[in-house]
Amino acid sequence: MLDSVLVANRGEIARRVIRTTRQMGIRAVAVYSDADADLPYVREADEAVHIGPAPPAHSYLDAPAILDAAGKTGAAAVHPGYGFLAENADFARQVVAAGLIWVGPDPAAIEQMGDKIRARNLMERAGVPVSPGSREPVWDVTAALAEADRVGYPVMVKAAAGGGGIGMGVAQDQAGLRAAFETARSRAERFFGSPEILIERYVERAHHVEVQILGLADGRVLALGERDCSVQRRHQKVAEESPAPGVSAELRQRMLAAAVLAGQAVGYRGAGTVECLVDADAGSFVFLEMNTRLQVEHPVTELVTGIDLVEQQFLIAAGEPPSFDTAAVRPSGHALELRVYAEDPIRFLPRPGTITEWEEPTGEGVRVDAGYQAGNTVTPFYDPLLAKLCVHGADRDQALARARQAVAAFRIAGPKTNLPFHADLLASTEFASGSYDTSLVSKLRPT
Amino acid sequence: MAEVRAEMVANVWKVVAAEGDHVDDGDTLVILESMKMEIPVLAEGPGVVTKMHVAEGDVIQEGDLIAIIS
Repeated sequence: MLDSVLVANRGEIARRVIRTTRQMGIRAVAVYSDADADLPYVREADEAVHIGPAPPAHSYLDAPAILDAAGKTGAAAVHPGYGFLAENADFARQVVAAGLIWVGPDPAAIEQMGDKIRARNLMERAGVPVSPGSREPVWDVTAALAEADRVGYPVMVKAAAGGGGIGMGVAQDQAGLRAAFETARSRAERFFGSPEILIERYVERAHHVEVQILGLADGRVLALGERDCSVQRRHQKVAEESPAPGVSAELRQRMLAAAVLAGQAVGYRGAGTVECLVDADAGSFVFLEMNTRLQVEHPVTELVTGIDLVEQQFLIAAGEPPSFDTAAVRPSGHALELRVYAEDPIRFLPRPGTITEWEEPTGEGVRVDAGYQAGNTVTPFYDPLLAKLCVHGADRDQALARARQAVAAFRIAGPKTNLPFHADLLASTEFASGSYDTSLVSKLRPT
Repeated sequence: MAEVRAEMVANVWKVVAAEGDHVDDGDTLVILESMKMEIPVLAEGPGVVTKMHVAEGDVIQEGDLIAIIS
């Protein structure tokens, strides 16, 4: 088994990973920037190394500084969390070259899935359904217009190397496409260092449903169930649940089977997520992308399966079998995750600040994965996720009832938070009915 | 004279308008970046940018003066 790991991340996910290292008796090394010295994860690690100033490029994205910290502390492995360097194949290779264990898939799998155009082509060949779209990058507006005519409007324009919804735009017609292309292109270069743009048919009123997969050390790929992530603002997830309410048992089986094929196509090892768009009325789905790392919303799957996904990541990285009986995975009950962001609850604009009060809800079925506590300062340098409020219930109604209570009991003062939005979400008849799609947030917050 | 102040803690990503520029209602003065989001700061009326108080890379606090439009 691994005896030590450096967690190359911050905030809630660093803390969440460290929680499992403690249970497994693995020594945890944290890294932190100037902005994060006081955060709980730094204190909860067995050792912590300062790696630089607040801007991510000089700290959490600084591969040499992170590898240096691993060397100094004698860490045997690197867990990247999500975001930052988690899907950076070059970094994964550097980790391996330094003689450390990379807690993630083979760098080649990261690369194949990180380029969304390559991934689409690969999935199509593997027999996974994809939407009509680019088979090669679109370089200029003229090519984009031609491609959109071929694919058919509305189209989604996005960075081939992108993620996190950044720079993504929907175009209904040629004028919209010109604008969306320029936005996507400038964001692609700035955030992802590649101008490659992908155009694909946009599925309106779709359900965003993803499948958690786990590639075992013996080469098998398991699908551990699905999560509905249709509650989104700016193409970014705000709440997730499992099972997905709009997905029939038959459709679920087909999606899980396709996700296994996707994982097998790249020889996937470790925890990964296959994201799909679902047309619930037609009972069909298409591949969207694969995230080759632990997902933010992984607790939803942990709550319904009882499986600690981070523990499995460590076991797989060490070449060991999983801790659960792979023939007896039976999701039970219903789970929900609400992302608590430091943002105003109406326009969803960032509202960093110093936390003067922080009181987490407790109670049966309630789990809070938090990155902060009272006294911490939420800075503008990183994403706005403060905590993930997760609940589990025997069925969806019970989970929703517990979530409503938990939202009401969560006290955060200082930065503004989107907790009032979550209260509205849980009170809405559309969300409660379970038949909602990616247009839900815009209906709850018409501009 | 109108003072344009920061609504939130942010980094100044881009300064779009320069001192002496004539701006109209809704024109972008600067683009802030906070929590991985770009937030344009707009002129709330026509005028001339008489003072630009921020530079690219600055970290500004809520309420800080960004520009003066006269």
